[in-house]
Amino acid sequence: MSLKFTKDHEWINLDGDIATVGVTAYALKQLGDLVFVEVPDEGRMLSKGDEAAVVESVKAASEVYAPVTGEVIEGNVAITDDPATVSGDPAEDGWFFKIRLSDPSELDDLMDEEEYDVYVESLD
Amino acid sequence: MSAENTNPEDLHTTPLDGLHRALGAKMVPFAGYAMPVQYPAGILKEHLHTRASASLFDVSHMGQGFLRGADAIQAFETLVPGDYQVMQVGKTRYTVLLNDQGGILDDLMATRIADGLYLVVNAACKDQDFAHIEAGTKGRATLEVLTDRALLALQGPKAGDVLARLAPETAAMTFMTFKEVAINGIDCFVTRSGYTGEDGFEISVPSAQAEAFAKLLLDQPEVEPAGLGARDSLRLEAGLCLYGHDITPETTPVEADIKWVVNKRRREQGGFPGADIILDQLQNGTEQQRVGILPEGRAPARDGTEVQDLEGHTIGTITSGGFGPSVGGPIAMGYVKSAFAAPGTPVNLIVRNKPLAAKIVKMPFTDKSYKV
Repeated sequence: MSLKFTKDHEWINLDGDIATVGVTAYALKQLGDLVFVEVPDEGRMLSKGDEAAVVESVKAASEVYAPVTGEVIEGNVAITDDPATVSGDPAEDGWFFKIRLSDPSELDDLMDEEEYDVYVESLD
Repeated sequence: MSAENTNPEDLHTTPLDGLHRALGAKMVPFAGYAMPVQYPAGILKEHLHTRASASLFDVSHMGQGFLRGADAIQAFETLVPGDYQVMQVGKTRYTVLLNDQGGILDDLMATRIADGLYLVVNAACKDQDFAHIEAGTKGRATLEVLTDRALLALQGPKAGDVLARLAPETAAMTFMTFKEVAINGIDCFVTRSGYTGEDGFEISVPSAQAEAFAKLLLDQPEVEPAGLGARDSLRLEAGLCLYGHDITPETTPVEADIKWVVNKRRREQGGFPGADIILDQLQNGTEQQRVGILPEGRAPARDGTEVQDLEGHTIGTITSGGFGPSVGGPIAMGYVKSAFAAPGTPVNLIVRNKPLAAKIVKMPFTDKSYKV
């Protein structure tokens, strides 16, 4: 298992060739209370950078982009039923979708946790 | 996703800027001002607190002014469709500045005072509004723009109790009335009004005493601060128009379904900009009109969303849309062709290229609690 991060504030937890994708606590703090979440359906093919999921706060809608290319093997229906789950536990129960990697080398471009922390600090 | 970190240096600040930052507000640019969009509690809690108790909003970015002179009322009436001659001193009325096509240049509150009117206009429009009012009343009235006063809104069902504790003479005020009151030695213009669908007050205070006054209100156990985010969701639930979105120079009061701003005497006599068009629309209806729209699912439909009939024809556009915290789901308003404006009419909203089922509904989405 290894944890990676994108500049768009997604986290990617890799287990074999399956990546679980979620949104970081930093991004959720910027968004505010979530009132609507949409996740991709199982079987959907995503290319890196595609709009994969949607998060909406009272104020605005934002997209979650696919951090890697691959096939969605599961979307987290629990967070669409209760968007508050995401804010409550962004790193565990608040995951968005699982994707089977087509090209594991895409992960090389992503940040590790330490690099992400430095990146976030540079934003504040 | 992108995090917003823009905070340009050239923004104006309100007299409460330091207090907002001390309270931990998230500041955003709005109409040229750095304004609090939310405090640490967040928009949902701030919204719900306003409906349950009382919240303090900084609306100092809005424009305030006095229009004075023996002929001020008649001169002002040449710019708006409201009847101000019939109003007693101390009464407040919502109205709109109109262009020659009957389109809305801005919405505003105008209060009868002894020698004219006390005006409160939107922040984004204030320079052009005041220039328009000054030009339109030239030689008949004098406009004094108040640049040294802050404006605070205390909104919610407990607002009356709170202000009565500090200023007992406000207890008897009814909605849309005005009183000049000294509170802790601070000279306040108190209007029992607001834009949240709740009972409450808008209180004008000298800038120098604004922070002390805001702290006095926040010290009351019922009161919490609330930002622009909650103000927007509250007014949307209340079915109230946001200038620049739900009312614009391209929409008339009749299309906007605020035809009550055209008061009886003005309907008979006309004499306001675009009167021919507006009076004709009152008689014969309009092509399109503003309606409430309730999405059936959970997905909000935002400003700009296309509205279609069930056959896929475009019939209108959403002008304000989001999540209603008190409703517990998405709500919206927008313009549709009048044939589709009846409550209960099913429509589709095109969100992310997919049709979302919705229906036309009556507004407000929540009950109003004004003190009458």
